[in-house]
Amino acid sequence: MQIATYLLQNHTIMTLQEIIQPANKVYGKTPLLTDTPMHYCPGCSHGVVHKLIAEVIEEMGIQDITIGIAPVGCAVFAYNYIDIDWQEAAHGRAPALATAVNRLLPESCVFTYQGDGDLAAIGTAETIHACNRGENIAIFFINNGIYGMTGGQMAPTTIEGMVTSTSPEGRDVMLEGYPLKISNLLTILDGTCYVTRQAVHTPATVIRAKKAIRKAFENTLAKKGTSVVEFVSTCNSGWKMTPHQANQWMAEHMFKVYPLGDLKDQ
Amino acid sequence: MARNKGAVVVNIERCKGCHLCEEACPSDVLEMNQQTNAMGYHYAYMANAEACTGCVSCAYVCPDACITVYRVKS
Ligand SMILES: Cc1ncc(C[n+]2csc(CCOP(=O)(O)OP(=O)(O)O)c2C)c(N)n1
Ligand code: SF4
Ligand code: SF4
Ligand code: SF4
Ligand SMILES: [Mg+2]
Repeated sequence: MQIATYLLQNHTIMTLQEIIQPANKVYGKTPLLTDTPMHYCPGCSHGVVHKLIAEVIEEMGIQDITIGIAPVGCAVFAYNYIDIDWQEAAHGRAPALATAVNRLLPESCVFTYQGDGDLAAIGTAETIHACNRGENIAIFFINNGIYGMTGGQMAPTTIEGMVTSTSPEGRDVMLEGYPLKISNLLTILDGTCYVTRQAVHTPATVIRAKKAIRKAFENTLAKKGTSVVEFVSTCNSGWKMTPHQANQWMAEHMFKVYPLGDLKDQ
Repeated sequence: MARNKGAVVVNIERCKGCHLCEEACPSDVLEMNQQTNAMGYHYAYMANAEACTGCVSCAYVCPDACITVYRVKS
């Protein structure tokens, strides 16, 4: 511990140790995040989103009724990190499993946590039909434009020109089609009540993203239908960048294709 | 201008040395330590503790929930 002292405006002198006291604590890890270290790569957006979901569940006091559906993808171990009940879905099938859980336990607060490969490739049908049925669930969608877990292959969401292990020359839309703006597509379905696109790379976006998570859970408790929160995210390992470079690249390139903000709110 | 006085405590064993807190800090307080933790990462620490205002920016962006923030009003 450093023994520096600080002169405050009112002329009191404090040591670092006097500042680091429980009464002065303004922020810390929510107990809903378990002490198990998360397996994600350093700087991965998944960790930030996990943290925010855990904070909102704690602040709303809904730990006992919330059931998460974990995906296949890098977030496959999400159930180890947030201290609530979970089910593990087969790849892409989280919305189908969420449907079952919520219909069996209608008073529960069910959410899925899915990557873009999970939600927008293999699970496209489940996603669209759950949203079209207006299942009373929240969908948290981590769009990092890549299959992170399996080694960085191109996803439907990969943006034009983006280099991945299966598009080494960059995505060619003439060959591989256009990046799939699946959240926009979900807005036209009558079953969705809230569709929003957020990010978690700066303090300001983190605060906004947390509000969006809270709104999705509030909609679920009010039985308003399906809420979708997309997080435009980074996969710095798959993108072969440092975490900070990945955040900058995302802001510069991904936000043009996936602009942030509410797409539907009713 | 009255500036709040802050301090952060980094959970050294959870930290992955990703630098995101360092990049987010408006007061250039944080750096990565020369030492590594049990996972082999150079963990974050307050290299410039005097400048901390307790603004929480670092803790908001930390993907591993490593940072506890303390603040006293000045
Ligand atoms: C039925 C099935 N098909 C394919 C796979 C291989 N697989 C595992 S994760 C994954 C994609 C993961 O990408 P994404 O959902 O975007 O998650 P991320 O890792 O990027 O967070 C694939 C294709 C699988 N596990 N099961
Ligand atoms: S591979 Fe990508 S998505 Fe997976 S943990 Fe690493 S950075 Fe995150
Ligand atoms: S953001 Fe968190 S994990 Fe990354 S270096 Fe800072 S304290 Fe460590
Ligand atoms: S609380 Fe604010 S000033 Fe202090 S280290 Fe964190 S970001 Fe920097
Ligand atoms: Mg992905």
